[in-house]
Amino acid sequence: MKRTTRGALVSMLALSLVAAACGSDDDESTATEAPAATEAETDATEAPAATEAPAATEAPAATEAPADGECTEPTEVKLQMQWVTQAQFAGYYAAADQGFYADQCLEVTILEGAVDITPQDVLANGESDFAIAWVPKALASREGGADIVNIAQVYQRSGTLQVSFKDKGITSPADFAGKTIGNWGFGNEFEVFAAMTAAGLDPATDVTNVQQQFDMVALLAGDIDAAEAMTYNEYAQVLEAVNPDTGELYTPDDFNVISYEDEGVGMLQDAIWADGTRLSDPEYKDTAVRFVAASLQGWAYCRDNVQSCADIVLAQSPILGASHQLWQMNEVNKLIWPAASGVGFIDQAAWDRTVEIASGAKNLDGATVLTKPVDDGAYTNEIIEAAHAILEGLGVELTGDGYAPIEVTLNEGGA
Amino acid sequence: MIHRLRRAAMFVVAMLLVVALWEGYKAIGPAKGGDVLGFGILPRTNDQVMPHVWSMVTGLFDPAQRQGDQTVLSVVLGGAWYSFRIALVGFAGGVAGGMAIAVVLTRFRLAERAILPYLVISQTVPLIALAPLVAGWGGKLQIGDWVWPKWMSAAVLGAFLAFFPVAVGTLRGLKSPNAASLELMDSLAASWWRTLVKLRFPSAVPYIVPALKLGGAGAVVGVVVAEISTGLKGGIGRLIIEYSRQATSEPTKVFTSIFGAALLGLTMAAIVACIDLALMRNRPKESAS
Repeated sequence: MKRTTRGALVSMLALSLVAAACGSDDDESTATEAPAATEAETDATEAPAATEAPAATEAPAATEAPADGECTEPTEVKLQMQWVTQAQFAGYYAAADQGFYADQCLEVTILEGAVDITPQDVLANGESDFAIAWVPKALASREGGADIVNIAQVYQRSGTLQVSFKDKGITSPADFAGKTIGNWGFGNEFEVFAAMTAAGLDPATDVTNVQQQFDMVALLAGDIDAAEAMTYNEYAQVLEAVNPDTGELYTPDDFNVISYEDEGVGMLQDAIWADGTRLSDPEYKDTAVRFVAASLQGWAYCRDNVQSCADIVLAQSPILGASHQLWQMNEVNKLIWPAASGVGFIDQAAWDRTVEIASGAKNLDGATVLTKPVDDGAYTNEIIEAAHAILEGLGVELTGDGYAPIEVTLNEGGA
Repeated sequence: MIHRLRRAAMFVVAMLLVVALWEGYKAIGPAKGGDVLGFGILPRTNDQVMPHVWSMVTGLFDPAQRQGDQTVLSVVLGGAWYSFRIALVGFAGGVAGGMAIAVVLTRFRLAERAILPYLVISQTVPLIALAPLVAGWGGKLQIGDWVWPKWMSAAVLGAFLAFFPVAVGTLRGLKSPNAASLELMDSLAASWWRTLVKLRFPSAVPYIVPALKLGGAGAVVGVVVAEISTGLKGGIGRLIIEYSRQATSEPTKVFTSIFGAALLGLTMAAIVACIDLALMRNRPKESAS
């Protein structure tokens, strides 16, 4: 009896020790962060003082500012992507490869995404300086307390489709009635439910909703009547598969495709997000402008050099399929260009529609993406306007008026 | 010698048996899947879901990309080799950590009571919850000029799974000498350390060897899961996600990457078997199978 009490005591002691250790860890981290923050502040206050001085005698302070055109010490920037290397992020790889980041005195490290990595959380935790994320999901994180701000809406259109075989006769969301409809879940399903609701269907009773895998096997096997797909990825996957009836690849003629963008329920997708708190720091803000400018220059390069950009991506990750990446590059370009107000500009109407669907469309659990109205600070066009000014100075075409997509032939397996 | 040959032959037979089962079910099973008593439990057998074994094998020799002469096999082997090195680092770290913990717990009874529950708790934390956390160390931790490399995070997760069986097995083994032997050491005025080296460790070996087998498997699983979860480039885990995304059009590719993972596990098992042979060479073979 006595032994067991002693054992319990020891366990308790150990528990509290661990708790104490964790506590002190927290203290340490805040303690180390604090001086850094104050340093940054003093840096910021020093900067204007340095510009007041007529002669740039204070060389180390002057090198940090790129305004003088000289780049002696590039600013280090980390960018967190949503997924592993693919043409979806080609613009950033192209900007690095073509030296656009270096031109803006930036040294950019691109962090790949993965199954368990949420870019906006990585950004909010300070592990990256910028992140690529879909607007609804990032807004949900913002609602959860992450101070992140959309500074460039790279994809102007939604690339989400619902793909079904021709013989199912599904040509509009109204045809979902009585069918088995696949969606990805994890917050990727709201366009599907918004479209059903807009078509007058009750998702819970009129449609059989199935959460699908991130491949298209279920569609090809006939388990689901229509599958959610991205224009640049999963739709290409079905076109790379062999039709067992003909022995040839499937063709677009075999499928009906519903585009949620065309149905008026498209939500904004890939955007560049920045740390809202740090945006009040002029240095970070300046970095953001240069980063956005160079990134958009990369995207403009990819518009005009589709094959070259696909090759840049393939060089990053040789296990990817060549024709699949070229297709993806071309489809991604279609989502970006033409951009009426200039690439990356956040269009009020599209933003409002995204927010409205995110707050209104319910999934099967009755949940909406957002539960509160979005505050004003969630996006800013201030950075993008400054970036446009830089790009105009460089003679980069920003609207893609004459943009025309290329024709891509997919090979079996995307090879 | 004949014994060895027979074991090798048994291995081949076992492999063929798996192939025969796979192909046999594929031949007689329903192509679109089937119901047994109303439950859809019979897996479908079409080429999409169950490709022929020979098409998986020939798939290994397809070019990994249309342009370029690298075959899928060399990509898979490269990935397995990359992960294997990480798993080895994780395994070594896990074994060292596990044994150190076991020694400390043997030395201090109180520590055993206090720490053992935490060891058990540590294994209930899902790896995928831990992975992004540990991955965050990549590029952030810095000791002098040495920056924490990204692959190290995967090795840590491998070690995290490997250390537990080693710690528990070693602990049990270190406590296994009978009282008479311990009293003999005491009567010879042997220090605690000498008792550990001369008596406790040797008698712990039969407990450590099976623990190492578990630990080796744990290290491999930890590294592969960490790669999948954190997107570490170059390893077999990353290849599995990449190829499973291509499963729509090329179902055999996923299986080739799974072959790579299996090879990784087998190599690790072989290494542990060699350690086993080395450690157990002077022991009576009563438990050898």
